[in-house]
Amino acid sequence: MATSVEVSPILRRPRWSKRAQREFIAGLLFSAPWLIGLVVFIGYPMITTLYYSFTRYEIPLEPRWIGWKNYVDLFTGDRFFPKVLYNSAFLTFIGIPAQLVFALLCALLLNLKIRGQVIWRTIYVLPTLMPPVALALLWRWILNPELGLVNNALKAIGITGPLWFASPLWSKPSIIIMQMWAVGAMTIIYLAALQGVPQELYEAAEIDGASKTQQFWSITLPLISPVTLFQLITGVIWSLQFFTEAYIIGGAGTSPGAPEGSLLFYGLYLYVQAFQYLNMGYAAAMAWILFAITALVTWLLLRVSRRWTSYDLV
Amino acid sequence: MSTTMSESGIAVRQRARRMVLLQRTLGQMALYVLVAAVSVLFLFPWLWLISTSLKSPEQIIAVPPQLLPNPVMWINYYYGVTFVDFPRYMLNTLIIATSVMLARIVSCTLVAYALSIVDWPGKPILFALVLATMMLPGQVTLIPLFIIYSRLGWVNTFLPLTLPALFGDAFFIFLMRQFFVTIPRDLVDAARMDGASHFDIYLRVVMPLARPALATLVAFTFIWTYNDFMGPLIYLKDRDLWTLSLGMQGFTQRYGAGGTALGAMMAAATLYTLPMIVLFLAAQKTFIRGIVTTGLK
Repeated sequence: MATSVEVSPILRRPRWSKRAQREFIAGLLFSAPWLIGLVVFIGYPMITTLYYSFTRYEIPLEPRWIGWKNYVDLFTGDRFFPKVLYNSAFLTFIGIPAQLVFALLCALLLNLKIRGQVIWRTIYVLPTLMPPVALALLWRWILNPELGLVNNALKAIGITGPLWFASPLWSKPSIIIMQMWAVGAMTIIYLAALQGVPQELYEAAEIDGASKTQQFWSITLPLISPVTLFQLITGVIWSLQFFTEAYIIGGAGTSPGAPEGSLLFYGLYLYVQAFQYLNMGYAAAMAWILFAITALVTWLLLRVSRRWTSYDLV
Repeated sequence: MSTTMSESGIAVRQRARRMVLLQRTLGQMALYVLVAAVSVLFLFPWLWLISTSLKSPEQIIAVPPQLLPNPVMWINYYYGVTFVDFPRYMLNTLIIATSVMLARIVSCTLVAYALSIVDWPGKPILFALVLATMMLPGQVTLIPLFIIYSRLGWVNTFLPLTLPALFGDAFFIFLMRQFFVTIPRDLVDAARMDGASHFDIYLRVVMPLARPALATLVAFTFIWTYNDFMGPLIYLKDRDLWTLSLGMQGFTQRYGAGGTALGAMMAAATLYTLPMIVLFLAAQKTFIRGIVTTGLK
């Protein structure tokens, strides 16, 4: 028995060549930073968040197991939570499509054969470079009901402008308008996609007598659909976590997301629960719901997109 | 008869051609008008920002608002950087951004190298994990990390904002990996034949070639750190440690949203935005390529 064990290393062909072993070790060493990061900064905190979500955890007190109570409370006992979901859904389902359409229109304009393209492009893109905090401060001033640029311009043509950020009805549309000004990044991505559409297709369509509109609907739009999908997914993920501008404009103090909680988006409410009320367990439950929604929406978009996204020609 | 026929035929054709030409010119002009009109929409808020930053308090609250500042209050810029400790916030922001940048240049390229050049069976699993974590909302890890950092006594230090960069970032690992796989395999194999180790290849072959991708990494890490608000808001309580994003917010806390300090606030906002504009104009290609390959937001 003992001998056979001793002999086997010599008889057994090594499963991996020396080279393969070296490569494996190199692979591990090179990816070590992220492997450690994956455990320390992602794996452990994710699982701990899940655990906290089943506890009552008001720091500095210790977490206490309460089962599904946080989740049940969110959906049945929290008078803010339905509003928070509505606010974020508004931003996602109205804001993101509006941004996408506007970005595509801008990209179509920039893609035309016009002189000074670089200058136009720069003008269209610059707003995207403004830091979110500055963006929020500037737009709160532009949309100031009495002194702001927009309402005074409206007044000049005889229209009484709304209260914008100060009105529960108009605050979310105001956010969307502000984001549309800063749509440059999406525009640039669309512009690159438009420039990637093979010119021959348009020439062929031209010969077949297709109008520009027909060309847009049957060539351009299908061919850039993968880019639309990419932007839709990143846009939705962004809007679900939307925080900075909501914090600056809506505030987080005693009446967060003012006016009347109309700017209390998911990211802001989670922050308020965690870092103002120190309800870590409750906020952890919100974080996992956010994660689940993000995963679900991404999966749905990818599934639905199989029908309308074309990867064939790009 | 026949000559006049053909002559009128030519005239008709010429007229038709002129019509087409006229239509095309008109169409072109309409396009320019449209492009320019949209440009005005994009430019006006900038004009309003800069004009407000140079107005006197009386002129700011004037109705109807005046487009151009008169008198020009350059002093607003002095107020803007002294009402709040702007230079210190700028310095703090730069310290954080530079640390994160340097850490990511090393960590993300190392991991990307393992995901592209090294031949090992862990590659596909690891790459799938990188892709999966790119989608992960930061909120899912936020609370335990905050609690750990609190226990370590790291709240009110830059560590929670900088240290994680040493361990890579899925997004930039992906970016670098996408670039590394385009590096010709022959270059790597030739170096291997000459007995170069993976570390040699990483340092002498891959990194020098990766300069354009590194520029994107540097630019976007800088932008995101510079713009970040939630991180500093959670971890930096002490005013002396604030970044510019917090400092700008401090403006509204101390001086109210619509008060007479608005000129100074707009001046500070202008100065806060300026580095982004300068960087963009100086390295447009890097920015545009970066936006296209990563999506900015």
